[in-house]
Amino acid sequence: MTSMSEMTYRDALNLALKEEMRRDPSVVLWGEDVALYEGSFKVTRGLLAEFGEERVRDTPISENTIVGVAVGAAMGGLRPVAELMTVNFALLAMDQIINHMAKIRYMFGGQTYLPMVVRMPGGGGSQLAAQHSQSLESYFMHCPGLHIAYPSTPADAKGLLKSAIRDNNPVIFLEHELLYNSKGEVPDDPDFLVPFGRANVVRTGTDVTIVAYARMSILALQAAAELEKEGISCEVIDLRTLCPLDTETFIASARRTGRAVVVEECWRTAGLGGDIAHRIHEACFDSLLAPVRRVAGLDVPMPYSRKIEKICIPQAETIADAVREVVSRKS
Amino acid sequence: METRLRAALPDQELLKLYEQMVLSREFEESCAEQYTKGHITGFLHLYSGQEAVAVGATAGLHKDDYILSAYREHAQAIVRGADPRRVMAELFGKSTGICKGKGGSMHLFDPDLNFMGGYAIVGGQFPIAVGLAFAAKYRQEDRIAACFFGDGAVNQGNFHESLNWARLWELPVLFICENNFYGIGTEVHRSSALASIHKRTCGYDIPSEKVDGMDVIAVYKAIKHAAEKVRETSHPYFIEAVTYRFRGHSMADPAKYRSAAEHEIWKSRDPIPALGKELVAEGITSSDHLAEIRDKCLVVVQEAVKFAEESPWPEDSEVYNDIYV
Ligand SMILES: Cc1ncc(C[n+]2csc(CCOP(=O)(O)OP(=O)(O)O)c2C)c(N)n1
Ligand SMILES: [Mg+2]
Repeated sequence: MTSMSEMTYRDALNLALKEEMRRDPSVVLWGEDVALYEGSFKVTRGLLAEFGEERVRDTPISENTIVGVAVGAAMGGLRPVAELMTVNFALLAMDQIINHMAKIRYMFGGQTYLPMVVRMPGGGGSQLAAQHSQSLESYFMHCPGLHIAYPSTPADAKGLLKSAIRDNNPVIFLEHELLYNSKGEVPDDPDFLVPFGRANVVRTGTDVTIVAYARMSILALQAAAELEKEGISCEVIDLRTLCPLDTETFIASARRTGRAVVVEECWRTAGLGGDIAHRIHEACFDSLLAPVRRVAGLDVPMPYSRKIEKICIPQAETIADAVREVVSRKS
Repeated sequence: METRLRAALPDQELLKLYEQMVLSREFEESCAEQYTKGHITGFLHLYSGQEAVAVGATAGLHKDDYILSAYREHAQAIVRGADPRRVMAELFGKSTGICKGKGGSMHLFDPDLNFMGGYAIVGGQFPIAVGLAFAAKYRQEDRIAACFFGDGAVNQGNFHESLNWARLWELPVLFICENNFYGIGTEVHRSSALASIHKRTCGYDIPSEKVDGMDVIAVYKAIKHAAEKVRETSHPYFIEAVTYRFRGHSMADPAKYRSAAEHEIWKSRDPIPALGKELVAEGITSSDHLAEIRDKCLVVVQEAVKFAEESPWPEDSEVYNDIYV
């Protein structure tokens, strides 16, 4: 039996950072307010005290340079972990992320590699309005050259972040702001890693496959529990990493259940769910009993008022409705 | 007897600077020919006229120092020691190229030479140079990062963010602005509120100097001094080298925005004959020997073209390699 401790998603991330910094002196960390202030979401609490000013550094409010300095440091033999205060501000760093971080290894003929992580909290649901509530995972996923992780549980948060830091590829590490306080059992083993590219079947079922990630997996599980009462058996797949994407797991599942719902928090148009739904259609066409349904964020800028913000983000009920519709369809 | 050159460097080193400038020039002129023939495609930005900057600066740096540049970087790579054959093969898009034909003219790279890349997003190299300098300092390596860029790049946000950051974190970065007066067709006075570029660093408390970028000895001395300062203090330093490109921005640019008179004035300051004349005047060498150096460089360039022509294209399967480790 592996020993476990209960902790929050935030503390699991914090522990992952601490363990990896203890393990490897080439791991360095910087971002806006990460040192003295201990992070705007307190993920970096205690790091400055333990590792000192050389390794835990506050930066100017210069997002593109926060990422670019990490690119250079990674090329120079370090394993930087850069924090962008939220994913929304990553848009100011898109030049370094897309044009540099994702391209350098390729355009230089494989002569270098970038063992670096860019962490960023994101997602909506906190009444922060249009500029602070975005889900931009599809933006990153569109671009080859990046690994992308987006954990849903404290255990995955720890195991995926540790894998990200040890990965020799550049990693976009997304964290959901509404999950920071969620609790769960986390293995104590300092070498506990969650490998990239392996989805987690978080609930097995026979009638329908729900493909989700991050907070959407949590909502999908809530929907599945509700649907069980109605006699609908859902299999819920948490992707864990968006790149590499574990297509095999969700395709095998959809082939078995014959029905699938894909849930994404980002905008529907050109969102990652369209790609996943298409992959299922292509691979499982003969086994499908209904077209794959998508549940996605509404194609609107996020409004502030909580009454109308709610309808812009997938909820457990909207996921359940989509499942009911897919299941009710006669083959 | 005038001894400006001998006061700066031993004879052999002076002749090497001359040879490196000639090789750079001949390489670029050959690239222009190969572009016209259709062997080189895509964007091709030539360095002719600016040789004194790359050659003088490289001589003023240590071999362990990192060098980064923009997309007009053939000379910086070759002077650092990149094999001209593999650089030409890269421009031809061949598998023997320095980046396997995946980077092309704008993305030369050779980590064994600490040549950390040509970057084609204007100003993209700034934070990367800062990061390399951070890594060097953190790992207690005795090296600095020398970052080349143009006059156009100083109006990028990256420039200001990186200068501030390098000074704030006290990082060993030597910023080298090659002011050739134009960003494509836009003259400095039409893009910079303060056209005297080196003065712009005062907002970041970074010492700066302007140097004649058509004089290889002046560049060498300024960079050597600046690099020593950076090494000693681990503070950034800034050099503006004033220079001129003899060709258009790229092969696609006939440079109609510049007057013939302006061009002629700068042509008359061509850094290669200028050094040649001084070498002969100081009795360091003869004009016959200078001609021999040129012939030798022409052979190197011809061999590079031959190598590139005879090299195989990349395999189709190569497209999927080197995206991830
Ligand atoms: C971010 C970005 N904007 C615009 C361009 C297009 N562009 C390529 S070179 C150039 C001019 C740059 O001038 P300068 O920095 O003076 O360098 P030079 O070409 O004179 O060597 C421009 C605008 C680009 N490559 N990247
Ligand atoms: Mg210019």
